[in-house]
Amino acid sequence: MSVLEDLGRETTGFFSYAGGAALLLADCARFIGKLRIRVNETIEQAYNLGVQSWGIVLLTSLCTGMVFALESANQAVAYGVGNLVGGAVAFTMARELGPMLSAVVVAGRSGAAISAELGSMVVTEQIEALQSLGLSPTRMLVVPRLVALVVMLPILTVFADIVSIIGGAYIANVFAHVSNESFINSARASVPFIDVCKGLLKSVVFAVIIAIVGSYSGLQTRGGAAGVGKATTSAVVIAIILIFIFNFALSYILFPQ
Amino acid sequence: MTQTLPSTKIYARLENVGVRYGPKVVMQNLSLDIVEGAITCIIGLSGAGKSTILRLLNGLRRPDEGRVLVGDQDISTLHERELIVIREKIGFSFQFAALFDSLSIFDNVALPLRERTAMSELEIKSHVEETLDSVGLATVGERFPAELSGGMVKRAGFARAVIANPHAVLYDEPTTGLDPIITHVLTDLIIRLRARLNGTAVVVSHDLESIYQMADYVAMLFEGAIIAYGTVDEIKASLNPIVQQFIQGSEVGPIPI
Repeated sequence: MSVLEDLGRETTGFFSYAGGAALLLADCARFIGKLRIRVNETIEQAYNLGVQSWGIVLLTSLCTGMVFALESANQAVAYGVGNLVGGAVAFTMARELGPMLSAVVVAGRSGAAISAELGSMVVTEQIEALQSLGLSPTRMLVVPRLVALVVMLPILTVFADIVSIIGGAYIANVFAHVSNESFINSARASVPFIDVCKGLLKSVVFAVIIAIVGSYSGLQTRGGAAGVGKATTSAVVIAIILIFIFNFALSYILFPQ
Repeated sequence: MTQTLPSTKIYARLENVGVRYGPKVVMQNLSLDIVEGAITCIIGLSGAGKSTILRLLNGLRRPDEGRVLVGDQDISTLHERELIVIREKIGFSFQFAALFDSLSIFDNVALPLRERTAMSELEIKSHVEETLDSVGLATVGERFPAELSGGMVKRAGFARAVIANPHAVLYDEPTTGLDPIITHVLTDLIIRLRARLNGTAVVVSHDLESIYQMADYVAMLFEGAIIAYGTVDEIKASLNPIVQQFIQGSEVGPIPI
């Protein structure tokens, strides 16, 4: 009986969360559609959530591009296809790993920050204070974070793609003697511009997931400091799971085999 | 016991209100009139639901049963967007002030004017400075909430609640945790602000001295219902043993310790 009760509670909780997050997204879309966006707050959030994530995003992408080249370059040279290493690295990074890794890193850093900040505002009654002043927390707090991430995550992803390819070219040159020219030519030939754009479209979707999940989890915080901790953890976990699921779905739709 | 005043002009009315938090019944069949132009104080044990009454009055909490009327309008069925119009007319001073950490005192107080009115920055500056002066905070506008004492933070909360000249102001525990001198200052301030706005005030408090000084009407909440209502003298003379035990602070009586 308790198993069934737990199952029922979890199922209800899942649909309640999904419905609430969808309503929050719809509310944001309404404000954005009417151009009721707080520009200064959005710029500040773009700095906090985007610019301050550059270091960790670039480092992660650089290392991933280098590891990918390290593992593939010697094998490719041994089979006589060393000139394809650049294509393999660029193809994988632009279409899959660049958008996804950037999103996962930003979910861990900025998604957690959004949730913790809004959660703290809930427990200190600041969200209720906004409502009591006749102001919408969605417009005041969520829309700026959403717009900031939708702008900044694709930009971060472009830099992540570039840095990972540069790192891959360096490692392929040093360890497998693949010339930089051959690496770059292969990369350019393998990844059409439209694929880069599709990768960035993924980033936009991931940005929406991070901002909405972070904000909704934060706004649902209950029970003081412990509640803020729980909300932050759940925001990061849910966002990362959704990023992986949506990455598969978007790859299936955008890059038909 | 329910309380309505048929012959006095009523600002707001709770009508047979029921409120539950999960399985816990906080209010049941509670009725209360808030007289226009008066200071109504609500007293009762901790956790009795006094703050919930304030939240019902500006739509931050919806009743599970019954109606909440502000003027002639039932606000319990209004959509969140429609409630904004109601909240613009009702100021709310929170127990811990709920000032926005990231904004200076000046910006906290100016926020409703900047977001809800078409006033120029010069007009806002003049109005905010005048209001800060009226609560004795003329010199701290550039400081942040964390840099102020508890009494100053409460006064800044008062200033934000009254800045847009609301018809009514709701005060949640305005003097809790403050020394007797600051308590006296804040009590005077509530009386002066009500006179300045020529409006209605509802104060939730445990501080009986302060209540005796400012209240036109006192309502006592006990076990989810209003058990006594009247002027200060009527409450002091009440024959209800629960009221007498409460106002005398006695351990002996019908209230379980």
